[in-house]
Amino acid sequence: MSDKAKSIASKKTSGQDERLKEVSKLRLLLNRPELGAVGGAILVFIFFGIVAGDTGMFSAYGTLNFLDVSANLGIIAIAAAMLMIGGEFDLSIGSMIGFAGICIAIPAIYWGWPLWVSIIFAFAMAVLVGYFNGILVVRTGLPSFIVTLAMLFILRGATLAITRLITGRTQVPGLRVLIENDPIAWMFATDTFKWLFTWLGSMNLIALRTDGTPLATGIPPSVIWFIAATLFATWILMKTRYGNWIFASGGDKNGATNVGVPVGRVKISLFIGTAVAATIFATIQVLDAGSADTMRGNLKELEAIAAAVVGGCLLTGGYGSAIGAAFGALIFGTVSMGIFYTDVDTDWFKVFLGAMMLIAVVFNNYIRKRVTESK
Amino acid sequence: MSENLIEFNNISKFFGKVIALKDVTMKLKKGEIMCLLGDNGAGKSTLIKTLAGVHKPDEGEIVIEGKKTVFDSPKDALDMGIGTVYQDLALVPLMSVTRNFFMGREPLKGPPFLKTFDIEKANQIAAERMGQIGIDVRDPSQAVGTMSGGERQCLAISRAIYFGAKVLVLDEPTSALGVHQASMVLKYVVKAASQGLAVILITHNVHHAYPVGNSFTVLNRGKSLGTFNKKDISREELLGMMAGGEELDKLEVELEEMNRLNS
Repeated sequence: MSDKAKSIASKKTSGQDERLKEVSKLRLLLNRPELGAVGGAILVFIFFGIVAGDTGMFSAYGTLNFLDVSANLGIIAIAAAMLMIGGEFDLSIGSMIGFAGICIAIPAIYWGWPLWVSIIFAFAMAVLVGYFNGILVVRTGLPSFIVTLAMLFILRGATLAITRLITGRTQVPGLRVLIENDPIAWMFATDTFKWLFTWLGSMNLIALRTDGTPLATGIPPSVIWFIAATLFATWILMKTRYGNWIFASGGDKNGATNVGVPVGRVKISLFIGTAVAATIFATIQVLDAGSADTMRGNLKELEAIAAAVVGGCLLTGGYGSAIGAAFGALIFGTVSMGIFYTDVDTDWFKVFLGAMMLIAVVFNNYIRKRVTESK
Repeated sequence: MSENLIEFNNISKFFGKVIALKDVTMKLKKGEIMCLLGDNGAGKSTLIKTLAGVHKPDEGEIVIEGKKTVFDSPKDALDMGIGTVYQDLALVPLMSVTRNFFMGREPLKGPPFLKTFDIEKANQIAAERMGQIGIDVRDPSQAVGTMSGGERQCLAISRAIYFGAKVLVLDEPTSALGVHQASMVLKYVVKAASQGLAVILITHNVHHAYPVGNSFTVLNRGKSLGTFNKKDISREELLGMMAGGEELDKLEVELEEMNRLNS
């Protein structure tokens, strides 16, 4: 037996452990969809740490500020990512935000409904819109891009028309007084860990207002929802049967159908997910601002998709992660706020957003090639 | 008669005025590999879909283990132990071996309403099953896209067997494969048959079918030209039947060429 043959034989006899080691931890990590976004987020933090480290961007107040912006985007980006993994798009997310806003404000202000009933009404409408998007895409077989683009116009137009018809204006203010003592509204409008911030303030560890209360009063509700959404979505994708069906539906619709995956139902539920996420976004913002604006959420669908793509989602479906989308949103939120702390003109933010997306798409494409063709 | 695992008696299928299948009869015993040969348009696809429960035959009967059966849906056929592996394999390249193996039929654990995908158990079963075929899955969480064509085919077959197939219906399992990969798949098919499964191997490649088949059914324009045992028919005769009489001469010339090159 030649030396080469012997070495092959000895490799065979030493069994599977030998081969397991060949896949290094680094390679496994490289195959994770969220790698790019996590790396990008670290770079962004290093960058602003150097450029804006002493400007107050990373003070308690500054940190909560950019976390709040990231979290709002993250809530819809995660839902958009799940839908993208399931092989579809939803361009009506932004319009749904505006629509959900007036679904809360008009009944609460003009029809005298209790705020909590209005909020539930908005969520019911979201389920309806999502279901309608889903059933249209599944039944007609048309690209979701077109179907939800139509919905983008219909919802935005209806929001504007209905609001002007009922109120005569495009904004509905006056919600703030209704939040107190409402059984549901607190979930979208309360800062948490207030005691911690009060304590930190009393110890003079964080910045105080002139009246002695801390500048940062607590963790905003968006951040709590964002963290909960990330954990929930990750649990679904990685740990449940439904999660496997999402990957399968986006990866190969026909194959999934052939082995018994209810692809239509999976997709419809994901469309409902994006509409509901848009409504969570809308509820938090409407209650925070105390008013609903018909233009709220404009272009948010594209930011959500961008965050999902930066987070590793493939445009063709079947691949991606919720954690990636969360980090994608964190990158955008951090940069959009952080840019104020630098000398750079904020006009450049959109340039950054676009460039970031391009880099992500090229990177993702490379990853997909590695995953599917590495033999 | 009940020694046959599955019988197709005088099956016919019409689509409007088109006669897709007419009086096709096939019988299979346990451990038998029957190759279903036919050129394009011979009715192979229709027959597969009838076997898989997608189409209902308009005439004739399907008998499984001595009992007359009607498939109302693909699920019925699956429940009766007909495992069909389509040409596209129903595998998602971007998903892991495990997630593909259990796609649509994931093992669950945990309390009701909070049941989760038992990924550890699934990984273990998938690695074990692939190991039995001789495919060393280094890591069952690796993407199927990293596997070779033959390995993917074997994965799809292995999945059908794991989920209770007694009769394996394989649609062109070797058509997209090179010689080495094809022989790997065929070896696995023979092994599956030796463990008591009946295999219906659909192909237009006589060279792949002849070494492994016990019997051969030739379809031509929706009709069966008969079922032949291996000892009664030669590879060349099969080829001639598949292509139809007129082209026989032309084919023989080509065949000689091929044999010359092969030897």
